[in-house]
Amino acid sequence: MAVIRDVMPAFDLLQPGTAADAQRLLEQHGEEAWVMAGGLDSFDWLKDRIKKPKVLVDLSGVEELKGIRATSDGVEIGAMTTLTEIANHPAIQRDYSVLAQAVELVASPQIRNQGTLGGNVSQDARCWYYRGGWPCYRAGGNICYADTPVGRNREHAIFGADRCVAVHPSDSAPALIVLDAKFVIQTPKGERVVDAEDYFVGPEIDITRLNILKPGDLLMAIRIPATWAGAKFYFEKVRDRNVWDFPLMNVASAMKLTGNTIDEIRIAVNAAAPRPLRLKAVEDAVRGKPANADTGEMAGKIAVRGAVPLQFNGYKIPLMRNLVKRAIDGLQEAA
Amino acid sequence: MKLFTWATSPWGQSVPAHVAWGLIWVAAIAGLFFMIVHSLYVIIVAPPKRFAERKAEASAAGIPERVPRHTLAARLFHWIMAASMITLLITAFLPRVGIQFNWVVYHWIAGVVLTGSILFHIVHASFFLDFWSIWPDKTDLRDAMNRTRRFFGKGAPLPSRFAKYPLENKLYHGVIMLAGLAVMVTGLFMMKRVQTGIFTRNPYLFSDMTWGLMYVLHGLAGVGLIALVMVHVYMGVRPEKFPITKSMIFGWMSRDFYLEEHDSGRWVVKAPPGSRAKQGYTASDGD
Repeated sequence: MAVIRDVMPAFDLLQPGTAADAQRLLEQHGEEAWVMAGGLDSFDWLKDRIKKPKVLVDLSGVEELKGIRATSDGVEIGAMTTLTEIANHPAIQRDYSVLAQAVELVASPQIRNQGTLGGNVSQDARCWYYRGGWPCYRAGGNICYADTPVGRNREHAIFGADRCVAVHPSDSAPALIVLDAKFVIQTPKGERVVDAEDYFVGPEIDITRLNILKPGDLLMAIRIPATWAGAKFYFEKVRDRNVWDFPLMNVASAMKLTGNTIDEIRIAVNAAAPRPLRLKAVEDAVRGKPANADTGEMAGKIAVRGAVPLQFNGYKIPLMRNLVKRAIDGLQEAA
Repeated sequence: MKLFTWATSPWGQSVPAHVAWGLIWVAAIAGLFFMIVHSLYVIIVAPPKRFAERKAEASAAGIPERVPRHTLAARLFHWIMAASMITLLITAFLPRVGIQFNWVVYHWIAGVVLTGSILFHIVHASFFLDFWSIWPDKTDLRDAMNRTRRFFGKGAPLPSRFAKYPLENKLYHGVIMLAGLAVMVTGLFMMKRVQTGIFTRNPYLFSDMTWGLMYVLHGLAGVGLIALVMVHVYMGVRPEKFPITKSMIFGWMSRDFYLEEHDSGRWVVKAPPGSRAKQGYTASDGD
């Protein structure tokens, strides 16, 4: 239980100067190590004394994990690049504006100045039972306090709930999925590159993590190929407080149009499930159709098929339907 | 090593959460240890099997070449239960040792199959088979005592041949029945907490303490089943036990094996009307 605030438990602070050192330290300390990027998720856990790592590996001094670099096929964003830097970067604004829009809607300016892209995609669930230190499934226990019939689950999942009903809280994740980004992970066995959508895992696979990072793994960078550069993008985030909040839901889409006809599309939502959802059924259904309100309407209906609301989050179904609809016909207006 | 992991409930109560997953390895090592010790015992120490003279020698004349042991229904139950049990163990414990996959769905479906097969078995064994054939009787206990005394070089009469099931078989059945019922009953309640489409989820059905105890019992019985299943498979492939395993596949055992190991007075084999002794026939009272 969270009984003491603001006084962090004692831990060894390790501040590597290179990614190789960081990865070695993570490998050496395994499950006892806590990886800290911007610290915005970490300090909550530590000050509430819910997570008590023996070792904290602070990545803030690893310069090679920072910055946005042009590559032969797009851009590579270091995992420790701040959200502000990404939002303001000319190449990102010009070619991958969906990502710039997404990260600009994360929390507050101060948090975006400190928060990193790697941290944003790797942050933990925001379910308050879990964050409050209750011994739920995600915390290694055997119960989901947020589940039906009486758990407070207004912000929780309408898809993919499997024992745990928490949602993934990242705003940048759906934007990276529609950009077909690749996550570069340094593991004890070498480098591993995975598609953005495969970086995230649901509770059916691992109930204690939201991503595939294991002890000893280090997210190095996120590569965005040029495939979707300059496409028609849409990003929208719905939250309780527009100045600073996690998403009730967000949607991102990328479309390539010929005239008004959708040639190619990728669309993803987050905060609807324990992992960001790429809506492949919607993509298949709208490909070849005009990007208009009728197609958007149809897409919205397809998107919410199979949704199972909890006791207090039924509103998320029309919310998702409308966000998906707008992600398609909103693009028409932009075009 | 701790047997359980504990958690503090929202109400400040210390409650058990799970069995300690290190027990998986304890169970596996225990199963392996049993196999090694038993193999060495059979090779080095075990005296040749000797039984008392059979009392009803004349009845051997009516024993067919193929002695029916397990009905088709009983065999189907056994193999369905075995498949579901193996599936349950794989889906429960592989994720605990680092092999991650969507295990919950397969686990609860296998659990439902196991439950169905056990319920069938209870009815089948209680009303359609010889219910008492699997429970130890006085003769079993007396013979076990005599075997033990003889093993230690003390004077004791030779034990009689077995009834349908040897004592160790009956004891194994008792233990696996308890473990099976424990995982089944607790597993059914635990289905109230996962997405199955069968029950409406309700994690607040019991208190945290009751749920915790239920999870611990489920886990303990589960890890116990690792060792039990290992021992069962090991026994099933041992050469001297293989005729019994074969009978669980084909339904019958040979006349020679029957006469060597079993007491026709304690396990009466009845030939169906009109059948010939040398041909064998369908199982009559097998389970």
